Amino acid sequence: MTATHFLKALEEVVGKDNVFTDEADRAVYAYDAAVLDPVMPAAVVRPSTPEALGRVVGLCNENAVPITVRGAGTNLSGGTIPKAHGVVVLTNALNRILEINVEDLYAVVEPGVITAKFAAAVEARGLFYPPDPGSQAVSTLGGNVAENAGGLRGLKYGVTRDYVMGLEFFDVNGDVVKTGSRTVKCVTGYNLASLLVGSEGTLGVIYKIILKLIPQPQHRKSMMAVFDHVLGASQTVAAIIAEKIVPATLEFLDNFTIRAVESFSRAGLPTEAAALLLIEVDGHPAQVEEDAAKVEAICRKLGAQRLRVAETAQERDKVWEARRAALSALAKLKPTVVLEDATVPRSRIPEMVQAVQEIAAKYHLTIGTFGHAGDGNLHPTILTDRRNSEEWHRVEKAVEEIFDRALALGGTLSGEHGIGLAKAPFMEKETTRATLEYSRRIKRALDPKNILNPGKVIGEA
Amino acid sequence: MAGMKDLARLVRELEDQMVVCMRCGMCQAVCPLYAETGREADVARGKLALLEGLSKEMFRDPKGVSERLHRCLLCGSCAANCPSGVKVLDIFLKARAILAGYMGLSPVKKLILRGMLANPSFFDKLTEWGARFQDLFTKPANEVLGTSCARFTSPLLGERHIKPLAPKPFHAQLPAMDTSPGGSGIKVAYFIGCLIDKIFPSVAHATLKVLRKHEVGVYFPDNQACCGIPAASSGDLTAFKKLVRHNLERFPLDRFDVLLTSCATCTSTIRKVWPVLFSEDGFPVRDRVRSLSEKTMDIHEFLIRRLGLNPPEATPGPHAVPVTYHDPCHLKKSLGVYEEPRRLLKSHAGLRLVEMTQPDWCCGLGGSFSLEHYDLSTRVGLRKRDMVAATGARILATGCPACMIQFHDRFSQAGDAVKIRHAIEIYAESLGP
Repeated sequence: MTATHFLKALEEVVGKDNVFTDEADRAVYAYDAAVLDPVMPAAVVRPSTPEALGRVVGLCNENAVPITVRGAGTNLSGGTIPKAHGVVVLTNALNRILEINVEDLYAVVEPGVITAKFAAAVEARGLFYPPDPGSQAVSTLGGNVAENAGGLRGLKYGVTRDYVMGLEFFDVNGDVVKTGSRTVKCVTGYNLASLLVGSEGTLGVIYKIILKLIPQPQHRKSMMAVFDHVLGASQTVAAIIAEKIVPATLEFLDNFTIRAVESFSRAGLPTEAAALLLIEVDGHPAQVEEDAAKVEAICRKLGAQRLRVAETAQERDKVWEARRAALSALAKLKPTVVLEDATVPRSRIPEMVQAVQEIAAKYHLTIGTFGHAGDGNLHPTILTDRRNSEEWHRVEKAVEEIFDRALALGGTLSGEHGIGLAKAPFMEKETTRATLEYSRRIKRALDPKNILNPGKVIGEA
Repeated sequence: MAGMKDLARLVRELEDQMVVCMRCGMCQAVCPLYAETGREADVARGKLALLEGLSKEMFRDPKGVSERLHRCLLCGSCAANCPSGVKVLDIFLKARAILAGYMGLSPVKKLILRGMLANPSFFDKLTEWGARFQDLFTKPANEVLGTSCARFTSPLLGERHIKPLAPKPFHAQLPAMDTSPGGSGIKVAYFIGCLIDKIFPSVAHATLKVLRKHEVGVYFPDNQACCGIPAASSGDLTAFKKLVRHNLERFPLDRFDVLLTSCATCTSTIRKVWPVLFSEDGFPVRDRVRSLSEKTMDIHEFLIRRLGLNPPEATPGPHAVPVTYHDPCHLKKSLGVYEEPRRLLKSHAGLRLVEMTQPDWCCGLGGSFSLEHYDLSTRVGLRKRDMVAATGARILATGCPACMIQFHDRFSQAGDAVKIRHAIEIYAESLGP
C-alpha cells in the first residue's frame, strides 16, 4: 500500500476529520512532557470506537507503520514521542466511564478517561480510587496503566498496577485479547494484565480497563513537621515505617523547595527549616488518632522543632497546598526543569537525600528535592536552561550519577515516570543483559514487525 | 513578503518567554476550547510548540501556524493555571502581531480595524446609522432578553440572536461630564468601552449612579476610543496603537485618581495588554501608557477595595429571586476580581445567589473569535448555558458586556427566560432611586 492509500484506509476507518496530516497538526504531537527532542509523526489518528481503534492497529501492522498511543501526553520519560513516519493514535475520543459498580467495588473505563474526573465520579458514589499522579487533572487512565503511574498515596495504597483487575486490548493484528475479570479472584490463564501494565504501549493497545475501587477512609489527619536537619527528617521517614505505621502520604520537602514554595505562594512555611515532612494518616478514627500520636512522638524524638497538626479541613488543605505548589514553584525559577524520580528502599532515604545534595554540589547545579519519601520515591528536580549546552552536559552527568547512586542503594531508575526513551539506555544497569534479551524476545514474538511504540523501555528490539 | 528566515528570527525574540513552557500539559485541564475539540493545537502547550517550530523553521508555510494561533479565546485560563507561569497571552498577542506583519491582514480586517474602529468619531456615526436602520434587517427573537435575529438570510448575522444596538448610544445621551470629588475625596475617569456605549448604555447609567451615590467625582470625556483589544488580538499593532494614543489624549493623567471601567475586557486590556504592547516604545509614550494602565480599575474592585465599601450581606427572603454569577475571564483570571462582584450581589435583599458548577468557565465569546469561529464559540457557550440552566437562576449577573452578548445569543436560541444583567446594574438597583 502506498502512503496515500494507507492514509485513505485510515480515513475510511475513523473518518476524514479524525486523521490529521497537516504539518501544524502533526507537529503538536511530536513531544510530551519529557525534556527530549520532538519527533514529527507522519499522521495522527483519533478513533472514537474500540472497533475503529482495533482496525487502526491492524492496518498499521499490515503496513509496518509504527504506532504510538497517546492519552494526554503528560509523561515524563518520552514514552509518547512518536517515530518519524509513524502514526500517533489518540485515545481522547475513547473516554467513557462504562460502569461504576458500588456492590462489587470495581469500575470499567475506556483508556481516554481523565484520571481526576474518574476519581471524582467514583467519590460521588462514596468510593475511592487512590492513584493520584501529579498530572491527574489531565492524565488519562490508559496512560496511567501503560506507565504504571504512581502518586502521593503510593505508600499506603500502592500504584496503578494495584488497581488493575482486568484489561481488554488489541494485539498487534488488531485482534481482541481479554485478561483478568470483574472478580476479586481470578486465575484464568497467564496474567497478561500484569504484562501490559507499565509496558508503555509496546505490547498491545488497551481499549478497556477494569479498575478496583475501595471504600473511602472514614477519617484523616494531616500534619506538618519542621526539621532543622535534613538527616532528622529523613530518619523520621524510616522510623515511622519501622514503627509499622503506614501513613497514606508522607512527603518530603528540602530547604530549597520550601523557600521556592514560600516565595511563590506565601503559604506561611518556615523558610529557615532544613526540611519539612507532610504526613497524613487515614482510616478508622480511633486508629487514626493513635497513629497520629505515635507519628508525632517519633517526629519530636528525631528532632522536629515544630509540629503543626491540621484541626480543620481548611488547615488540612493548607498543609497540602504547600506540597502541591512544589513543582510550580521550582518550575518558575528556571526555563528547563528536569524532574527525576529515582527511588530507593525507604530505609535508605537518608542516604539518598545526602547523595542528591552531594551531586548538586559536585556538578554545581541547583537541585530541589521533594517527593514521596514514604515510598522511597524522591523527585530531585534539576533547574537549568537547556540552551546552555555546557550546563546541560553537567545535568546529564548528574542525572546519570543520581541513577547510579539510587541503584547502589538497592533502588530503581524510575518509581513512577516510566522508562520511555529517556531511560531505556540505562535499563541494563538496573537489570541484566539477559533481562533485556528476554524482554526483547517477548516483544519480537508479540510484535514481529516492531510497530508498537518502538524504541521505548527496551530500546530498539 | 519577507522570508521564512526573517519570520523565524522575529519569533525567536519571544524565545525567552516561550522556553518557560515545560510541556506539562496542565493547560489542557482548563482550556475551554480543548474541552470541545480535544485537539492539542487548540491548547496553549500546542500553540507554544508551533511557535517554537516556527522559530526553528520547521514549517514550509506559516499559514497553518497562524490559523491555529488564532483559534484561541485569549481567555487566559491556561496562564492562570500554568505551573511555570508562562505568559501565554503576551506571547500569543506578540506572535499574532509578528505573523500579521509577515502575512498581512485580510482586507476585511483591515477595513474594520483601520477604516472603522481606529477612527472613533466615524465609528460612532456608523453605529448610530446602524441603530437607526437595524429594525429593517432584524426581527425580535426573545422578549425577556430583548434579542433580535436576522429577518433575511444574512452573511453578517447568520443564525445569531443579537442584542441590538441601543436606540441612542450613551455618548449621545451624555456627551461629557466633570464633577468634583465629593465626600469620598476620590475622582475617577470613566472609560466607557464600545459595547457599553453602543449596546448596554444602562450599565453606564448604573455605574454613574453608584458613583454619585457614593459621592465619587467623575471625569467623563467625550470622543473616547475603543480600548484596542480587537486590533491587538488580530495582530494589527497600527490600529491598536492609534486607538491607545487617542485615549491617552482623552484621559490626561492629572485629572483623576482612578481610571474606571465597568467592562472586564477593557480593564484587562488597559491593565495587561497596553503596557506589554508598548514596552518597546520610547519615552514618553511608554511611560504614559504605563501610568494610565496602573491607574485602571474595575468598578467592583474599586468599590470594595479602593472606596472601602463593606456592604452588609442581606438575608434573602422566601421570595428572593435566584441569581447566578458568571466570572468573566478578564476579571477573574486576568485581574483576580471575583469576590467583589459577589459581595455586591449579596447585599441585594431581593436576590439569592446560587453558584453554578464552574462559574469561571469561559463563556466562549472571545470577541473576534466568535466572528471567525462561531461554531466553536457556540459550543463553549452552550456548556455555560447548561451550567446556568442547572442552577434554576432567573437572573444571570456578570461583569463584562462581551460575555453578556454571548449569553443573549445562547439563552435566546435556547428559549430561556433568564435575564442578563451587569452586576453593577443590580447593585445600583439595591441603592434605591
